[in-house]
Amino acid sequence: MNDTGLNTVWHDLWLTLTLQGGSASRWVLVAATLLGASCGIVGTFAVLRKRAMMSDALSHATLPGIATAYLAWTALGRDGRSLPVLLLGAALSGVLGVLATQAIIRFSRLREDAAIGAVLSVFFGVGVVLMSVIQSLSTGTQGGLHHFILGQAAAMTSDDARLIAIAGGAAVLIATLLHKEFRLVTFDGAFAQVQGWPVSLIDLVMMALVVIVTVVGLQAVGVVLIVALLVIPAAAARLWTDRLGRMLVIAALIGGVSAYVGVAISAVAHNTPTGAAIVLCAGAAFGVSLLFAPRRGLLARSLDLARLRLRIACEHALDAMLEHADGRYDSHDIARSVRSPLARALLPHSLRRWGWARQTSDGLVLSEAGRARAKAQRDAIAAWHGYLDVTGAAHPGGGRPSADAVEHVLSPRMVEEILRATAKVSELPSGGASRERAAP
Amino acid sequence: MSPLHASRSTPATLAPFPEHSSESPLSIHDVTVAYHSKPVLWDVDYDAPAAALVAIVGPNGAGKSTLIKASLGLTPIASGRVEFWGEPYSKARRRVGYVPQRESVDWEFPVSALDVVCMGRYASIGWFRPVRRADRDAAMECLQRLGLADLAQRQISQLSGGQQQRVFIARALAQQADLYLMDEPLAGVDATTEKVIIDVLRNLRSQGKTVLVVHHDLQTVPEYFDHALLLNARVVAAGPVKDVFTPANLTRTYGGRLTALDEAAEALARAERGDPLEGRPSTRRSATP
Repeated sequence: MNDTGLNTVWHDLWLTLTLQGGSASRWVLVAATLLGASCGIVGTFAVLRKRAMMSDALSHATLPGIATAYLAWTALGRDGRSLPVLLLGAALSGVLGVLATQAIIRFSRLREDAAIGAVLSVFFGVGVVLMSVIQSLSTGTQGGLHHFILGQAAAMTSDDARLIAIAGGAAVLIATLLHKEFRLVTFDGAFAQVQGWPVSLIDLVMMALVVIVTVVGLQAVGVVLIVALLVIPAAAARLWTDRLGRMLVIAALIGGVSAYVGVAISAVAHNTPTGAAIVLCAGAAFGVSLLFAPRRGLLARSLDLARLRLRIACEHALDAMLEHADGRYDSHDIARSVRSPLARALLPHSLRRWGWARQTSDGLVLSEAGRARAKAQRDAIAAWHGYLDVTGAAHPGGGRPSADAVEHVLSPRMVEEILRATAKVSELPSGGASRERAAP
Repeated sequence: MSPLHASRSTPATLAPFPEHSSESPLSIHDVTVAYHSKPVLWDVDYDAPAAALVAIVGPNGAGKSTLIKASLGLTPIASGRVEFWGEPYSKARRRVGYVPQRESVDWEFPVSALDVVCMGRYASIGWFRPVRRADRDAAMECLQRLGLADLAQRQISQLSGGQQQRVFIARALAQQADLYLMDEPLAGVDATTEKVIIDVLRNLRSQGKTVLVVHHDLQTVPEYFDHALLLNARVVAAGPVKDVFTPANLTRTYGGRLTALDEAAEALARAERGDPLEGRPSTRRSATP
């Protein structure tokens, strides 16, 4: 592709993204965005309810329904490509797939993953066979049906887009209205039932929303990849927050933006299936979240780990410094207890920064705070060893500290607690009860 | 004793079953529960006294949790019925608080301690409406009573086991009930937490409320509770702790496997079978994680 060609593509993508009449119609973009946002919200509850794989079975099981609906409607002499008819067929066979999975779990000894794997592939296989039957029956007229496998937003008419936008908007509205009920049933169904909530009904509504967004999303995203739009935004959002409310908003944003950008990309690059483009966008958002999310991201976690290691190195160094009467920092001593060269390089600075050592003309020495800290550390270690000794638990080092160490080092309250724990282990009347008590 | 009770072949040493009355916060009438035709609870007949702390004790598999779940309609009852103040549960549920076992939920769920306690208010808030400020304040007060006010905003997986247990109790308090059913609220909690929880329970009793607690630590039963229900599929004994908490009743409840002698016999039997744990006293084994 030459320079001018590339520039045209970028220009086209820009026009499309800014709704200035690029390659995708406005309605298609609006529909896709609403679809993505509703998938993010509905998917969040599905993921928290541990139904991500069930959604995958559902979406794959829709394919034979689409083909059957097409065949049946054509046999009746109508236009088989009518979207509402196809989606009805999709919903029916999708639900049938879910019910088949549940039945297999209930009446066989198979686990959920095996049941889902079996149902998903059999339904999908039947769908693919029916699609090729359609192709051989009526050459040329099946136009658009194969888009349901990988998704092609360009195949949407503006009527289709409106239907999808309305369904997506309705799903968002229902999930918002029932947010409190969904939260309760998803977190603790038994408690909800005891309070008198119709748990099965609320659960059914949650599942119905999954069916709705899956089915209306089929045309744009496709049978194979729609589950990604349910799972990825929710999974990415979980990395950014610990609150359900915020998680829903973030998942809706990631889903909506991914769908919007994905549709624009596939409209401009005509050979890219929309589903793939959308999932790549969502996947990129997930990758960024995985790396950079605060606290849960890989970067934040490695920084935390490094900080923890440095702290442990400092504690070892304090212990070594306490050995010297003048509390001086002897790099030979330190090298024995702190192995990492990086930690050793950072140690003097960190000790000063935390106020545990100060710089004198003789070099680095323990400060008052550092001395107190080092002593407190030793006390804590002795108490821990004492506890292990008294309760008879395995001693990590293999040795056993002397009995009087426990007496002299521990505070009276700690001794009391240790004795209490000891009594529980050895003096309970019931062997059964004491076992449960002692094994945390 | 009613003729019905008298006709039953109950050993004379058992405490007599109390009369059923509509005054009782919880009346269990001849309840039998079965899982796959295997009975878990047999003909349980029990009246909980008002304003009391009741310990439900018994060995593993005795049906303690099942009794609570069956009372609340979470487990189907094969025969018999349960009444709360003389009414079915569906009419009394606003007056009943429930603390499930801690393991029954996923603590990674993205909610704060305060969010969970607010769930105790959902029934009174009703359909579609969001949680109001007043509900949040009430929930906060419940957290405070369990000493968790500082941790209100913490995500629940970042709480210790004892703190999670207290969050569940705070949620039940937020239900503002008159009867509380708690499934092992003291399981695996540290000494400090245990004391906080017991203080809360005593406070409830002093307000005239009844608390039924599935409890594992036999040692603390006389100290913490005034009534006990000794259960092993059937009711072995029920009544004031000082009357029913006798060695004879306990032996019957735990199938005679309570004494050191029994454990020694068991260990010897194992040793004869060549079990690797041969001959070691069970307390020693339990102390090794």
